[in-house]
Amino acid sequence: MSAVVAEHDDHHADEHHDHGPAKGLLRWIITTNHKDIGTLYLLFALAMFFVGGTMAMIIRAELFEPGLQFVDPAFFNSMTTMHALVMVFGAVMPAFVGLANWQIPLMIGAPDMALPRMNNMSFWLLVAGVLLLASTLFLETGAPNAGWTFYPPLVLQPITVGKAMPFAVFAVHLLGISSIMGAINIIATIFNMRAPTMKMMDMPLFVWTWLITAFLLIAVMPVFAGAVTMLLTDKFFHTSFFNAAGGGDPVLYQHIFWFFGHPEVYIMILPTFGVASTIIPVFARKPLFGYSSMVWATGSIAFFSFIVWAHHMFTVGMPIAGTPMLFSIAFVVLFTMGGFTGLMMAIAPADFQYHDTYFIVAHFHYTLVPASIFILMAAGYFWLPKWTGHMYNEKIGQLHFWLSAISVNVLFFPQHFLGLAGMPRRIPDYAVQFADWNMVSSIGGFIFGASQLLFLYIVIDTIKGGTGEKVTNEVWEDASKHSLEWTLPSPVPYHTWTTPPLLVPTEHVLDSH
Amino acid sequence: MSEEDVSKKNAKLARMLLLVAVGMFGFGYALVPIYDVLCEWKWIERDRPDDIKKAPEVAYKVDMSREITIEFMTTLNESTPMEFRAEKKQLIVHPGEYHTVNYYAKNKTDKLMVARAIASFSPAVISSFFEKIQCFCFDEQTFQPNEAKTMPMRFVINPELPEQYKTITLSYTFFDITEKSVKK
Repeated sequence: MSAVVAEHDDHHADEHHDHGPAKGLLRWIITTNHKDIGTLYLLFALAMFFVGGTMAMIIRAELFEPGLQFVDPAFFNSMTTMHALVMVFGAVMPAFVGLANWQIPLMIGAPDMALPRMNNMSFWLLVAGVLLLASTLFLETGAPNAGWTFYPPLVLQPITVGKAMPFAVFAVHLLGISSIMGAINIIATIFNMRAPTMKMMDMPLFVWTWLITAFLLIAVMPVFAGAVTMLLTDKFFHTSFFNAAGGGDPVLYQHIFWFFGHPEVYIMILPTFGVASTIIPVFARKPLFGYSSMVWATGSIAFFSFIVWAHHMFTVGMPIAGTPMLFSIAFVVLFTMGGFTGLMMAIAPADFQYHDTYFIVAHFHYTLVPASIFILMAAGYFWLPKWTGHMYNEKIGQLHFWLSAISVNVLFFPQHFLGLAGMPRRIPDYAVQFADWNMVSSIGGFIFGASQLLFLYIVIDTIKGGTGEKVTNEVWEDASKHSLEWTLPSPVPYHTWTTPPLLVPTEHVLDSH
Repeated sequence: MSEEDVSKKNAKLARMLLLVAVGMFGFGYALVPIYDVLCEWKWIERDRPDDIKKAPEVAYKVDMSREITIEFMTTLNESTPMEFRAEKKQLIVHPGEYHTVNYYAKNKTDKLMVARAIASFSPAVISSFFEKIQCFCFDEQTFQPNEAKTMPMRFVINPELPEQYKTITLSYTFFDITEKSVKK
């Protein structure tokens, strides 16, 4: 961030807007306040993290030993399918939208999101979409089980899909509409609601990464919606987009799907970069290195720029290491590993060995769990004191970190070996030579799953008062040099920036221009 | 800028972005013809019923030193009410030798049925070495109510088939396309 507040007449603003949140539960349903909606998104995402996590525990329990122990194969396949859908669309994406809702207006000096009513609708459509999806668990034919990518022809066959397929398609429609409305709102907020003195290149990197993500969402979510609509009409209205008998081609689906699917991974990772770029400089006590190049790098989604930036962050020295910083460092290291395994897959002849094995499972979990999930945790630790006015319990936070960071490797690292040895993904049983590493992986999985209960405890504990230590407005030393929200009182008042803040360029902003 | 101006600007931008989203939904559908065009440029090989060509009967030199096992599989997609099987489960051939395998198919309904067989090879690269001289898969097959047919497939394996392939699986799936061909 590149500016500080010169004058901000908080008391004055509060006098004019002294009405706080509405009383009662109805507040949470009809609210248009960006902080309330941000909280709803974050809590909903946390709940879905545990729902999706429970499904992962069922998967790892079944894979603990060779043979079929707990669940039948169709239900196992439902679990892998639903785990992915719930984690991607119910947990990771909504969590980042929640952060955007809370932080973007605070960081750019806007009183609220540009379209507050639409904001409310986005959230409740998300809930409706996820509930519609979850309701398929109670169909007699079970939840979707042909994989979250919905590949035809498998997904069109009644034996694999039962009655769940149209539910899943309409759920994707709702989730898509919700994401698109959220994205439109974020773009409108960033373009039109900034404090008058804040230029685009003054915005914190988190805001920039979300702006680019929002454009990606608008570009690709409709394509995904279109692809699943084609599946729906192929299934029920005798079109032949993917039906070979009618002149269609199942491979066409994969092309359309990955037009969405590849940008989708950036949708989940760009805000991650944004949060990491926010936390690390605060703890490193250095301004972000190469701000404008990061903006351009993010714009061009250049992965190597990211590594270069991380390298520069390491060398500046990091004197303090609270829990947010620990999670951020783990992200930099582990995400890089996920990136390298990705490079291995890009070697086409070698990919024949990796394709549809546990190597792929290990790769994308390394890019998602220690990246998006760890950074979301880091964001929680970083901003919870600001949002609630209470400090979290640092000891338990560090315990949560070390348990998570170690167990996530015990969980996913052996899956590289399993994949290279030829264990296929999405199969509930395996040959006995895979038994040892699967058991190790499952043990890691159970420890990782259980450790997340510590995070749940910390979130609840912090909301209720935490350590009782009163946090300062800055929370983290000199944080206000990096971004606007740290100049506001802690906890953040219900209404903020009703008068736009005045910005004065700091040394850093002069440096970066 | 007054509050009213800002909300007008917001609404305008939102409308524009919404239009982009709708446009992208259309783009998803536009990818269908784009895909066809790209495939016709021969960058991407793919098997389509229209592409299956009848091969001329060439007198190859039979390679007696090699034996290739061919497995014949038959499948029906879920909505095709037929019986369908190959007369042999497998056949051991020498490259360059001509063979004919008969397939049996029966319409199990009381209605006229038009069906089309789609081939699939495993490993997929085999398809260009597996030359069909005569095949029921070249055309749509029309079945009278409850009619049963025995249909030949005459083929040769091109002796240029690389050494490492010893077993080939040829699978046919019959698709009921009555509705589509009636519309035509």
